[in-house]
Amino acid sequence: MSIDRRTFLGVAGLSALAIAGKASLAALAKSGQGVVTAESAPATRWAMVVDPRKCLKDEGCTDCIAACDKAHNVPHFPEPAHEVKWIWKEPFDKAFPEQGSLYTAEAFRDRPILVLCNHCDNPPCVRVCPTKATWKRDDGIVMMDWHRCIGCKYCIVACPYGSRSFNFFDPRPRIKELNPDFPTRTIGVVEKCNFCEERLAKGQRPACVEACREKALVFGNLNDPASEVRELLRTRYTIRRKPELGTNPEIYYLV
Amino acid sequence: MRDREIIIGGLILFLGLITFPVWYNAAAGTTSKGPEPKLPAEEKNCVAPVAYMRISHMELLTTWRDEVVRQHNRKFVAFDGKTHTMSLTQTCMKCHTSKADFCDRCHDYAGVKPYCWDCHIDPKLVPLTSTSPHPEGTREREG
Repeated sequence: MSIDRRTFLGVAGLSALAIAGKASLAALAKSGQGVVTAESAPATRWAMVVDPRKCLKDEGCTDCIAACDKAHNVPHFPEPAHEVKWIWKEPFDKAFPEQGSLYTAEAFRDRPILVLCNHCDNPPCVRVCPTKATWKRDDGIVMMDWHRCIGCKYCIVACPYGSRSFNFFDPRPRIKELNPDFPTRTIGVVEKCNFCEERLAKGQRPACVEACREKALVFGNLNDPASEVRELLRTRYTIRRKPELGTNPEIYYLV
Repeated sequence: MRDREIIIGGLILFLGLITFPVWYNAAAGTTSKGPEPKLPAEEKNCVAPVAYMRISHMELLTTWRDEVVRQHNRKFVAFDGKTHTMSLTQTCMKCHTSKADFCDRCHDYAGVKPYCWDCHIDPKLVPLTSTSPHPEGTREREG
């Protein structure tokens, strides 16, 4: 039979669409699923629960801050514009701006709350980093690679919690006690809490959690239903910092 | 020729000056002396064969860095089957204990300044801590 070119091309195109169309429709349908099934959920999802009431028993206590600074060679700069901090205390209405009132409970009003990097599930700092010097690990930790950080400070702009600090000066002279087991950073990079990932790799808990004498910091695996953090989250009401922003922070505060 | 003495004297002085690098180094004994890094006494095997390490230790360290920081994997199996933790200060410096006697010997000779040590702490430096007061005075950290 004789068939002209136009008809042939038309038939060929329709056949290709029929074959490929079904596969692409199926792929499109699957990508819409946001559900995390048991097979796809990662084995570990680190999170922390802070109990401010236990923490504030001794207001002058800075055990966790001192432990973190020592373990990670965090430099100390006295002026607030240059300070470098991984874990620190914020007044309640700065830490939870949407949740206070004139009559905030006395246990929290006028007293500082311990804050650190929230290792958000949807971290804005990761989205804006131009070099992927900060990224989200599969175990939930928002990690930093100080070899790659170019110091643009975009992540500092993006973080709504003020968790990140920039090294405006050479940090080495400003470190109280050098810990040889952890590197320092150089001038010109951004740093923040890393959930003690180097300690987690050795099976130890983060330095702040271990140092707290009141056991106010509880650290654990959210994907393990039997972990202490899950137990606390199941039985107690918790709040998080600025949840309305959609960052999904993973530091929970017991109230 | 006229002024023979001045000309010959000047030539000898010029030759002496122009060959200064040759006779000075020969007298000081600094030529033909290559770098002599001090090798560790106990361990005979590094994490990779010596020939490889001599040429490519920087490649190895870069691979280690990316594995540890980006893949959070610290386990390294060496060519002789031994397992090591991938760390400059905690593994390499365990055997090569002195940066000055080992790393710096070749690096100074070759005139390279790797910036590892800007962050990674040479274990020998640990006793030195900050004692200089900040020019603006000190202040208690908030909280």
